[in-house]
Parts: sequence; structure tokens; C-alpha cells
Amino acid sequence: MTAVKTTSITPEAPRKRGRVRPRGERGPLASVALHVTLLIASAVAVLPPLWLLVTSFKPKSEAFSTAIVKDFTFGNYDHVLNETEFLSWVGNSLFVVGLTTVIGVFISATTGYAVSRFKFPGMRPLMWLLLITQMFPVAVLIVPLYNLLASMELLNQPMGLVLTYLTIAVPFSAWMMKGYFDTIPVEIDEAGRVDGLNPFGTFWRLIMPLAKPGLAVTGFYSFITGWAEVAYASAFMTGEENLTLAGGLQTFVNQYTSDWGSLTAAAVIVAVPAAVIFGFVQRHLVSGLTAGATKS
Amino acid sequence: MAVDSGHSVAGAVDAERVHGPGRRTGKNPGRLRRALSTHWYAWAMVAPVVAVIGVIVGYPLLRGVYLSTTDANEANVERTIGVNHIPATYESVGLDNYKAILEDGVFWDRLTWTVVWTVSCVALSFVLGLALANMLNRKLKGRSFYRMALILPWAVPAFVSVFTWRLLFNEKSGVLNKILAGGGIDAIPWLNDPTWAKLSVIAVNVWLGVPFMLVAMLGGLQSIPGELYEAAEMDGANAWQRFRHITLPGLRTVSSTVVLISAIWTFNMFPVIFLLTRGGPGDATEILVTYAYRLSFVVSPRDFAGSAAWGVLILLLLSLFAVVYRRALRKQGEVW
Repeated sequence: MTAVKTTSITPEAPRKRGRVRPRGERGPLASVALHVTLLIASAVAVLPPLWLLVTSFKPKSEAFSTAIVKDFTFGNYDHVLNETEFLSWVGNSLFVVGLTTVIGVFISATTGYAVSRFKFPGMRPLMWLLLITQMFPVAVLIVPLYNLLASMELLNQPMGLVLTYLTIAVPFSAWMMKGYFDTIPVEIDEAGRVDGLNPFGTFWRLIMPLAKPGLAVTGFYSFITGWAEVAYASAFMTGEENLTLAGGLQTFVNQYTSDWGSLTAAAVIVAVPAAVIFGFVQRHLVSGLTAGATKS
Repeated sequence: MAVDSGHSVAGAVDAERVHGPGRRTGKNPGRLRRALSTHWYAWAMVAPVVAVIGVIVGYPLLRGVYLSTTDANEANVERTIGVNHIPATYESVGLDNYKAILEDGVFWDRLTWTVVWTVSCVALSFVLGLALANMLNRKLKGRSFYRMALILPWAVPAFVSVFTWRLLFNEKSGVLNKILAGGGIDAIPWLNDPTWAKLSVIAVNVWLGVPFMLVAMLGGLQSIPGELYEAAEMDGANAWQRFRHITLPGLRTVSSTVVLISAIWTFNMFPVIFLLTRGGPGDATEILVTYAYRLSFVVSPRDFAGSAAWGVLILLLLSLFAVVYRRALRKQGEVW
């Protein structure tokens, strides 16, 4: 905001100096201030992940040294990949979150479409239901779900966690898909109807192919939401080989041990692919999130 | 955008239906049947989601509400030890749990802190996000570099970032304290002193939350037509006036949405608190959600009923918040 103020283009000031500064151009001082502010902000944003990366290449005993890299080593990565359950955590996470995403996006696409295109009795309650379910605190559902899973003997089973994550993924995906379908012109549906398609045909053969980007973004977002979920995973999964990533990483650093070397290496392996894919889809993310909530 | 499924586009389908076998009876079809015939496909499309929500959200929710009126805990719920199956022995205690919670100071302490936490996190990340978006929304060298850098905290999975911050905050040998020591300042107990711990968790959450705000605000800024600014300049409006009377109103729709979303996220923000401080030191940083979690999974014996009651109270608070917020927006002419 400082920058907004400093770009004052008052009519008098430039005239005194004999040169009129074109609209939208900044004075040199304003430019410096802008860049300095942005650089500081970028540094604050980038340094913690960067420090994580640096630490992961340090030998275990040096995890806290402030030197950038003294004894460069892949030891932590080697240890994490070969001597811990890390890979099975990755497998568990991939399985649980992947299945959740596929099921969630698949069943919520039709709902998003119906809510976006039709007015039907029960639509407003449904919209409220979706909105309110999205803000369900973990605390309301965690105990009953725990008991439910226990009685179905699904505790400690990946399938149990899939069921649990559907409570998060479904309302959210339906909401996002609605936002995306809203951006597809309704004339396309009308054309389909005129040509004799029924509503399901229109949806399946015309709209779904057009909605592929939306499906991808929704799927991705519900994937990273599940990927980073901590509460359910910590409560429902026990035993080292059953954990998902969020739970597994906690075992490196707790009351009894603090193996920061392994933690940082594992964290880097988890974060890099997520961050890269995130870079590709982030532009669509926000429009999806906010469109669903503002339009109707 | 939405088309009334009883008319217009659906007309063709209606016509078929009107002559369908259902209407041959010649009598006035019931309203239900008529509704069914015009809306059946819309209902069929939402059916899977309604079913799923009903089964895995609705049932546990009802059960949670029921549990909250009992005295269920680890020792008396249905369980199986070895081959012995022990049936549940908890019984209904009416609203005693709620009474106990509301009369106990803990709930109000946690609620106060949760509100402070939510308000300060949302306000700080909103202001920072808006400021940064304003800086980025202009011709600027290295714009895409700044953008990538500033979004990074959102791209890294939250639990990874939180572990990173724990590394930085480490009291004896964390980087932050080492830097302070270099400047001759005593080590700060970032996570071990109640006040510092509160500041630290807020700082981390703001760090995590700014990128979302930034991207949303950038999108909003780009949708404001440039002519408005030109016109305002012609009329002699200074930078602050342009910001106040064009930018802010132009951002109202998008900011109201992101504020609502992020307030709810922050209110329920489990991972940051749980992984950074576990609610400690003592219960200084425990928000409502983590406290309810602690009741059912950390303390011994696990207090399922109490936790469920906390959960129901949290849900009531959130619903109240959403309703009030929506109403406030509608007064300003928002459609929904």
C-alpha cells in the first residue's frame, strides 16, 4: 500500500520539474521503495522452504548449524528412502487421497451441473448443505466417525480414511464444479437440447468434455487438501506402516526423538512435486474457489 | 444463470412427459408426481451427493449430537478386547455436558483465544495480501518472479511448512534465535512462552494465508476497468482517493468471499496449532477445534461425550457466523 501512495502523480509536481511524467509511470524513489518492499516480502515467503531444502543436505548432527552447506550430503535422503517406512507412507497417502479424489470428483460433478443449470425444489437447502458441510469442524465428526469406523473394523485401514476424506472432498468438489459449470455458456446446453439430447446426454456428451479443466483443478485441489490433512490421519491411523505422510512425518520429531535430518529430507520429497503441480494450476484455483461462492 | 427446470430449456422434455403413461389416468396428478416429472433429472443428478452426505456426514453428525447428550467415554463405549465383546454402558445425561461446558471457564477462554486468533489471522493476511496485490498489479520488472516467490508458501503442503517453522523457531538452536544472538539479543522462547507462542502461531498462519489472499486480490484487481482510474485522475483524485473509492469497492465481491472462506478455514485450522505447539505451552494456543480433539484423543480417559458437545457448539458458532455474514452481504445488494 505504501507504493500506492508514493506513486502520486499530482499535476503540479512534474510541471515544476519541467517534465510531465506519463500516466502510470513511477518516480525513481517510488520504484526503489516498491522493489525493496517486494523483495523483503519475497524473502520472507521463500526463506523458510529454502532453509528446509538447505537443512536436508546437511549431515544429521549439523541440522541446526547456521552455515549454508558445510558437508554436503545425500545421507538424509538415503536414510529416509531406504531405512524408514517413508515409501509406504507415500503409498498410503497416494492410495487414500487418489481414491478419494476420483470418487469425490466423479459423484460431485453431476451435482455441480444440476445446481448450476436447473432450479428445482430443494436447491437452496442443498446449496446451504454443501456450504455448511464444508465448514464442518473436524471436531464434530471425528468421534462419531471414529466409532463408526471402529464398528466397521475400518480403523487403521486405508479404506476407512477414504470414507472419512469423502466428507471433506464431496461438498467442496460439488461447490467448485458448480462454479466451473457457471462459466460454460448455457447456450451450449440449449443447442444440445434442441438437437434432441436429454439432460443426461447434454451433461455427459457436451458439458463434461468442456469441463475437463475444471475437473482437473477440482480434482487437484481436493488432492492437495487430502494430502495435507492431519487431524483424521493422526487419530485413525496407528502403527508405523499404516500412517500417511502427515502422520508419518510426525514420528521423526516428537517428545522422544528429534531426527530433523530425516524430517527435512522427507519434507522436501513431499513438497517438491506438490509445489510444481501447484504452479501449473494455481491460476484456476482461486477463480474456481471464489466463483462458486459468489455466483448463483 | 440457472434455468428453471420446469420451463424453457426443459420444455421439450416436459412435452414428452405430459403425454407419457403417467398422465393417462386422466385425473389431476398429485403435486408430487408433477414435481417428480419435471424435476426428476435434476434430482437424479444430485442424488449421489445427497446420499453420500447423508450417510457419511449426516449419520455421524446425528450420532455426534446424540453422543453429546450422553456420558460416553473410553471406559464405557462398545468395544472389543481380545475375544470379549463389551457392550456400551453409557447413558443419557440430557444437556448436562453443555451445561458443564458453558459454566466452565475453559470454554470461554478457548473461545476468546479462537476469536482473537481468527480475527488477527484473517485481518493481517487480508491487509498484507491486498497490499502486495496492489504492488504487483502494475508494470514492474520481475513481476512474475515476485509472484512465484510470494505464492510459494501456498504451494508447499501446510504440514511441511509447519515443520519447517518448528525448525526455525527452535529455542536453543533455531535459526531465528541464532540471528538474534548475532545482534546481541537474548533467545526468544518462540514456542515455549504463552504469549510468544500465540504470536508465533499467528505469524505462521498469516505466512500460510497471504498467498491465497494475494492471488484472489490480484484476480479482483485485474477485473477493475482501467478507465475508472483514468476518469478519476482527470477529476483530480489522488492515489489514496482512487484506492479508497475505486479499488476497494471494486474488490468487494471477491474480498467478501475470501474473507468468509478464510475465516472459516482459520477457525478450524487444526494442523498449524496441532503440529506447531500441540496447543501448548499448557493450553495457551489451544483453539476450540484442537481442544475438542484433545478431549477425545489425547486426555485419558478419552472423553467422547464432552468432545462431541464441543463439536456441536463449534458447529453452532460457525453456522451463526455464516448466516450473519450472508445477511450482511445481502443487505449490501449481494445476490445469493
